[in-house]
Amino acid sequence: MELKILTKRFGLPNSTSIETYLAHEGYQGLQKTLKEFTPDQVIDEVKKSALRGRGGAGFPTGLKWSFVPKQSPKPKYVVCNADESEPGTCKDRPLMEYDPHQLVEGMAIAGYALGSKRGYIYIRGEYMYIVPILEKAIDEARAKGYLGKNICGSDFEFDLFVHPGAGAYICGEETALLNSLEGLRGHPRIKPPFPAVAGLYGCPTVVNNVETFTAVPHIIMKGGDWYRGLGTEKSGGSKMFSVSGHVNKPGNYEVPMGYPLMQLINEECGGVWKGRKLKAVIPGGSSVYIMTAQECENATLDYEGMVKAGSSVGSGGVIVMDETTDIFETTYNLIHFYNHESCGWCTPCREGTDWLHKLFKKIHRGEGTTEDLRMIERLCPNIEGRSHCPLGEAAVWPITSAMKKFPEDFRRRVREVEPVAAD
Amino acid sequence: MFSEALDKKANEIIARYPVKRSALLPLLHLVQNEENQITKEGMRYVAKKVGVEMNDVFEVLTFYTMYFTEPIGTHHIQLCRTISCYLRGAEEIREHLEKRLGIKPGQRTADGRFRLSEVECLGSCCTAPMFQINFDYHENLTPEKVDQILDSLP
Ligand SMILES: Cc1cc2nc3c(=O)[nH]c(=O)nc-3n(C[C@H](O)[C@H](O)[C@H](O)COP(=O)(O)O)c2cc1C
Ligand code: SF4
Ligand code: FES
Repeated sequence: MELKILTKRFGLPNSTSIETYLAHEGYQGLQKTLKEFTPDQVIDEVKKSALRGRGGAGFPTGLKWSFVPKQSPKPKYVVCNADESEPGTCKDRPLMEYDPHQLVEGMAIAGYALGSKRGYIYIRGEYMYIVPILEKAIDEARAKGYLGKNICGSDFEFDLFVHPGAGAYICGEETALLNSLEGLRGHPRIKPPFPAVAGLYGCPTVVNNVETFTAVPHIIMKGGDWYRGLGTEKSGGSKMFSVSGHVNKPGNYEVPMGYPLMQLINEECGGVWKGRKLKAVIPGGSSVYIMTAQECENATLDYEGMVKAGSSVGSGGVIVMDETTDIFETTYNLIHFYNHESCGWCTPCREGTDWLHKLFKKIHRGEGTTEDLRMIERLCPNIEGRSHCPLGEAAVWPITSAMKKFPEDFRRRVREVEPVAAD
Repeated sequence: MFSEALDKKANEIIARYPVKRSALLPLLHLVQNEENQITKEGMRYVAKKVGVEMNDVFEVLTFYTMYFTEPIGTHHIQLCRTISCYLRGAEEIREHLEKRLGIKPGQRTADGRFRLSEVECLGSCCTAPMFQINFDYHENLTPEKVDQILDSLP
């Protein structure tokens, strides 16, 4: 069963307007925050909720917020990561398109908690049609006193701006995003320092995903315990899952954390299409380990449950593949992606993904040998753990897991040859 | 020379940031939308507006896939090739487009009406296969639907 919290206003007529939003509990979380909470109490409530970052890494949101040094004399920034480019993931788009005020409210509450006066929504350039939707919401909120100076009659001040990117997956990585927002090439920065301490313009900055911010008004309104109770002990609340690929009803579904993966596929999505059997699922956007049909059987969609089942929740992009799918080809598709999106800053990733892509291409053409497979296996550990940012790992995990779990799909594409060199 | 209206918009954008350089990407979009590409003049204008060298502008714009330093064309078809679209038939759509337009990804028709690009995931995975024409999303594509869409373009 779907659980409509973040998505509850989606079907309403004129769902993007502030009138609709106000008529359906809109900005009540912000009002309650300003009346009843100190900034620290907001952070405590978010900690209690067990909300974890919905951008992919699943870092506990309240904990991240508590890292921002309150005493710092520098301005503090709240940045929304709306770069959504992880293959298989398309949940932030409807959250902004259908209910932009929910995001505005969530960011304003975060601004209060963190002592920030200014926020930016970094949205991928391809989502340009959403920019006016967000800007209209921001203008409406300003006009009604939910943004700007003296918000809701208090002395809290916060304003918000939309910033379009220009096509680069790596700008979803938070420090690359900050460089991009500063008008630079989107290369990731070295961490530490983490953005909470030195982020935008070297100032304390919290970067959170769209979906993470949109959960915040609900947590304030109904309480952290309530939110946590929707999900599991360590993975609180509900989450959007974008189910794509070989199912009858692909789409975005909001379900409680801990929901059975197969129930999502069979009930919400109407099962695998064309009456076929399931072969594999990539459950958390393309950067996580692929799962066999057997691993999916008892998997539950919470952070611990998915690790136990052999993968992770990631960004919630569930890519479903039926029995006719060639896992070599889907893996080739992904290494093309990572090779294209490598930002080129560090050698293991820049050269490694290029080399991997060439080897896959060769095998795809029917010219591959068992030596090429061995070369792929040797290259992967030279990228993983040796690159400047997690894109290196993200490129390797789909490959190593696919080769391990679906060896037949790789072996039958290559010619057997004598090993030419020892390791 | 860019219009007064564009210059006003540029100033508005710059005012959103404590550091002018942050306006670089949004301003590049602005001049590209005006000229269908980023010209030397566009780069010079943006550089001057945000207070950097033209070199800096060039360095930045070449990093991002959405900027072009040659005319884009009237209708820029950006077909997603990534996994979810691939699983739902993106290759068939590409072949259909190639045949109908007589060009390959990365090329422009001789009359400059169409450019075809293969791009990575556009956040439309649950309505695959899909392409974007300029900034408009077209989803759940079939070859027939592609024909209808292209036929309806000016
Ligand atoms: C290569 C790469 C791409 C990423 N892309 C995104 C993205 O598109 N959207 C997003 O919210 N987070 C993305 N992230 C995660 C961010 O770095 C960061 O963890 C996140 O924005 C934090 O917000 P959260 O805690 O609310 O999830 C990406 C990370 C990496 C390494
Ligand atoms: S790992 Fe890849 S994406 Fe990350 S910094 Fe290195 S080259 Fe860039
Ligand atoms: S894979 Fe094509 S839109 Fe995401």
